Amino acid sequence: MKTKSPADLAPVINESGIEIKPVYAAEDVEATGGHGRIGNPGEFPFTRGIHKHMYRKRPWTMRQYAGFASPEETNERFKYLIANGQTGLNVAFDLPTQVGLDSDDPMAHGEVGRVGMAVDTLKDFEIAFKGIDLDKITVSLTINGAATALIAMYFAMAENRGYDVARLRGTAQNDILKEFIGRGTWVFPVEPSIRLVGDTILYCAEHAPLYSPVSVCGYHIRESGANPVQEMAYAFCIARAYIDHVLARGMKIDDFASRLSFNFDIYGNLFEQVAKFRAGRRLWATILKNEYGAEDPKSMWLRMIAGGGGAGLTIQQPENNIVRGAYYALISALSGTQTMALCCYDEAYTIPSEKAARTSLRTMQILIEEMGLCDTVDPLAGSYYVETLTNQMEEKIRTLIDEVDAQGGIVQAVKEGRIQDAVSRQAFEHRKKLERGEIRKVGVNCYEVEEEERSVECHPFNAEICTKQIKRLESVRAKRNNDTATCAVRRVLDDARAERNVMPGMIDAVKAYATVGELTNCLVEAFGRYEEPIRF
Amino acid sequence: MVMDRKIRVLVAKVGLDGHDVGAKVVVRSLMEAGFDVTYTGLRQSPEEIARRARELDVDVIGLSILSGSHMPLCETFKTLRKEYGLENVLWIVGGVVPDEDQAPLKALGVDAAFPVDTPLESIAEFIRENVS
Repeated sequence: MKTKSPADLAPVINESGIEIKPVYAAEDVEATGGHGRIGNPGEFPFTRGIHKHMYRKRPWTMRQYAGFASPEETNERFKYLIANGQTGLNVAFDLPTQVGLDSDDPMAHGEVGRVGMAVDTLKDFEIAFKGIDLDKITVSLTINGAATALIAMYFAMAENRGYDVARLRGTAQNDILKEFIGRGTWVFPVEPSIRLVGDTILYCAEHAPLYSPVSVCGYHIRESGANPVQEMAYAFCIARAYIDHVLARGMKIDDFASRLSFNFDIYGNLFEQVAKFRAGRRLWATILKNEYGAEDPKSMWLRMIAGGGGAGLTIQQPENNIVRGAYYALISALSGTQTMALCCYDEAYTIPSEKAARTSLRTMQILIEEMGLCDTVDPLAGSYYVETLTNQMEEKIRTLIDEVDAQGGIVQAVKEGRIQDAVSRQAFEHRKKLERGEIRKVGVNCYEVEEEERSVECHPFNAEICTKQIKRLESVRAKRNNDTATCAVRRVLDDARAERNVMPGMIDAVKAYATVGELTNCLVEAFGRYEEPIRF
Repeated sequence: MVMDRKIRVLVAKVGLDGHDVGAKVVVRSLMEAGFDVTYTGLRQSPEEIARRARELDVDVIGLSILSGSHMPLCETFKTLRKEYGLENVLWIVGGVVPDEDQAPLKALGVDAAFPVDTPLESIAEFIRENVS
């Protein structure tokens, strides 16, 4: 669509490369695809929302990311958040756990309990979720490299507590392809990593059909430097890669697609973000229906958590981050997300303090209670600007997906490091523009405060946690039946080597108190380790 | 006319931290500034970095840490620096470095610690001014 800015106005081009007109009208919507594409909420193609009544029926789930130190401290923080209105848990694990190392591994030095909760065995899960009703408060596990072990641990813990896993809800992030692009908690090479994701999808389709084993993340790709179009396109390519893998193993699309979920980023231009999500919903539904032949509408839903994004927040004038968080929450609500999690104002300093986490919850609660965000569905629908932008974003996302496919698909692109290179190149260009002042950031290159006095009450790190955790690990190893544990781990290795689904063996192994490290090591024995492609 | 060899920099992600956006931006920036830069990728042990630095005979070692574990990792690296004869190699750290850790890092031998939002040119400038 050709646009022309009047001579006295500088052109405005959004991050996705779309030129923004000073004034929009009905004909702009018509010129980019028409009003007929808007549709109704709860009906294909779901532009306006995956459900008919959305927040009018029930507000979004509030799921702040939380976890640190040992399971005891994390359990306390969970309860604090729930008491302050949090409606779902989103578990942060420490880095050793995330990459499948036990707390006493030499590479774990300095990291035990630092960025999340330390988990070595089932014992830790038993403590972490004590006193929490897993049906009332669903749990999302932010785990990727070590996902099979931790999902197994969750099911084992739930079963031991008397829950019927066949009716258990919850989510695991378990999106390994994005880890290779940004985030970095991979362990095994690309193909076996996809295989393990497939194992969890197949296992859950049969044994835990209400559980969401995968949350495909555009979030981290955006955080790493991707623009909104790339965020959606790469995420959709990744989701399709998992779908294709699972279909090749004999599943039917409607057997599992409704349990896929997504995780997207929110920072940047308000309207571009809202359009991104509406376009994404419509495009995903179309892909599932037309390309995969899905018949169940649930398979076509873009179920998502949206929030963040850390990259938008600043170390300067941290109080400004409370405001940014509020704007991002507003965007999230206007975009029809199912779940919301905000980065806290101390994001650039440390993991959230109690106060910062509480402020994020209040941010969301104010939207719900005071500002009418739940009264009606997709309130921006029909806006000339938003509908035009939605049409344009959809076209751009589709075009990029086709480009990735034409160049050999996302899996090959990730193996060769091409996506990583494209995204990091963009992060560099963005940084240079920021330093030149071409991109303006409040407090960073405009409205700065000389000699700023930053008083951020930082969440303290407790170095003694490591000793405590190692003692517990040693105690569990000493008390468990070592023969049972060793046999169980051996079975996981055999299953992995024979390309059988590892999940049943994982569940038995974690019940025998096999450790995260033992289970990860046996998968390394079967699959090897990822070697990062370095290209500049 | 004698051609000076380019200043050699090793940018390393030490430990388990997977945040590599900044490290890669710094790599590109230093390459553009004319340095000969090697990037290690993620998940390097302090020992692997020391060994690589020795092998490549670098002038600068840059450690990138955004998980908050810079103190224990730098304590470990201090010992290895001695072991691998890297004490004359410029040692810089970048990432999530609180103000109160500047002095403790310097006490370990870190020549400069660059926190979040450090202007890229100032890193290149520091290297130019301090590599003998």
